[in-house]
Amino acid sequence: MSAITRDEVAHLARLSRLALADAELDHYATQLDAIIGAVARVAEVATDDVPPSSHALPLTNVYRPDETRPSLTPQQALAAAPAVEDDRFRVPRILGEEA
Amino acid sequence: MADTLATMPFDEALERFEPVLGLETHVELGTTSKMFCGCRTTFGAPPNTHVCPVCLALPGALPVANDKAIESTIRIGLALNCTIAEWCRFARKNYFYPDMPKNYQISQYDEPLCVNGYLDVEVGGSTVRVEIERVHLEEDTGKSTHVGGATGRIHGADYSIVDYNRAGIPLVEIVTKPIPGTDRLAPEVARAYVTELRELMRALGVSDVRMEEGSLRCDVNVSLMPRGASEWGTRTETKNVNSLRSVERAVRGEIERQAAVLADGGKIVQETRHFHEDTGATTSGRSKEEAQDYRYFPEPDLLPIAPAPEWIEELRSELPELPSARRRRLQAEWAVSDLDMAAMHNAGAIDLVEATVAAGVPAADARKWWMGELARRANESGTALADLPITPAQIARVVELVASGALNDKLARQVLEGVLAGEGSPDEVVEARGLRIVSDEGELTSIIDQVLSANADAADKVRAGKIAAVGALVGGVMKASRGKADAGRARELILERLGVSE
Repeated sequence: MSAITRDEVAHLARLSRLALADAELDHYATQLDAIIGAVARVAEVATDDVPPSSHALPLTNVYRPDETRPSLTPQQALAAAPAVEDDRFRVPRILGEEA
Repeated sequence: MADTLATMPFDEALERFEPVLGLETHVELGTTSKMFCGCRTTFGAPPNTHVCPVCLALPGALPVANDKAIESTIRIGLALNCTIAEWCRFARKNYFYPDMPKNYQISQYDEPLCVNGYLDVEVGGSTVRVEIERVHLEEDTGKSTHVGGATGRIHGADYSIVDYNRAGIPLVEIVTKPIPGTDRLAPEVARAYVTELRELMRALGVSDVRMEEGSLRCDVNVSLMPRGASEWGTRTETKNVNSLRSVERAVRGEIERQAAVLADGGKIVQETRHFHEDTGATTSGRSKEEAQDYRYFPEPDLLPIAPAPEWIEELRSELPELPSARRRRLQAEWAVSDLDMAAMHNAGAIDLVEATVAAGVPAADARKWWMGELARRANESGTALADLPITPAQIARVVELVASGALNDKLARQVLEGVLAGEGSPDEVVEARGLRIVSDEGELTSIIDQVLSANADAADKVRAGKIAAVGALVGGVMKASRGKADAGRARELILERLGVSE
């Protein structure tokens, strides 16, 4: 696994809508590199006879029937919202810098 | 936005360029509950009343897939002649956009449930095979309302407010392979495909497919290449295309716009564009994120889907008659030409004619009324045939009255007019407007006598053996009775009174 570059961190930050300072880009590049390096060690033990897996349980087809259950009330749903308007979650401008 | 507004006339654009189409259609499934939780899916509920910890992504909440949604997606795949995956997974599509509270949408990525199918559509009397790349299952997003700014659109808005009722409703995405070679029929092919897909969904009963309510939505991909070129051009993806007519207009508009850009030496940018219902034009939206920017990975909270082959075969054997097969059957039953059938299809008359025939009317009569008088009136008032305030049963009654001799065609048209004007059932209109054919011999005879004395010349000609002249006299009787006389009987009586026989 190659080292994570500052540009890659900057790209990731843009996708995540995070404003990172220059110093933070270096800081996170080093950290992410260490994290990915740790995860990559899995590849060392995976041999050809170990198929890739995404789940810990050997189960498939776990479904629920198409039946309704009670929902939250709008008051409950919105209780933890930082801002509310007209029973809706109010969020900051979405495409400010790109419009 | 540095958008050039220039367009090239459609015909000129097609002389210089060849279009390649691609269509991505989203269908909201008509399940009772959401894809991964038990919240209702009813359209138009007050904001944030159909939400729960799962679809609001509250900590610790876990999704479980809706079995009916899986089944419906497989049925759609089978009806589109797809191969159904033996094993596939959901995937997380990560993006930072407040229409999903999780900051990702559960979708499918490299393992769609259904692949490699096709849908045949009829355009201008010939069949075009549209190949289907994939059909996958995902969840719909919440609905954002953009506040502030002049247009109510995302650009220029001060902030947005979000209703998550729609977040988590099962959504099936149907993606075509690129469709080359449609040439100047491209706009019609696009429209015919979405129309056929909508009918297919209806026949399967998997969705109410209401474009105006967003339960069927279409993204239109268009690219152009110079005539004779072998490499396809850069495509754009137009969203917000919310009616069949708009599908056609969006393709046409994008061909005209791209042709102008290319002819001017410009380059097409791969981007999302927004369709404007009022002008038929598109404007630039955000430039598309690359697939890798979504950082797809297998959804760890949901187990793989591995539909049993026996279950798939069972679903296949239970598929209803599909729209194209039904049209072929009805065409044979009604004994109409390809052209007439296509005309009925385009006019949205097939269900209506079928229901009218089921109410006991000969197919030719049912077709005559729906495609004649009623199509004309629908056209005049700009409504769909099916939305006219008249039922197949009412048409059947009018046809019955004509067949029994109580009405002639002219009176029948007046009865239809009355029913459409909300004056009641056909019988009520006949009664209220006094539209019955005058078959009372006494009344008819007295009208005939008046007409004969007022048209002595014509009467003399008939007496002298010029039977053709009787037409004018019958016309006079019809006029005097304001169309209510039985023309055949009037003719007989006139000849009898003038002492002439044929």
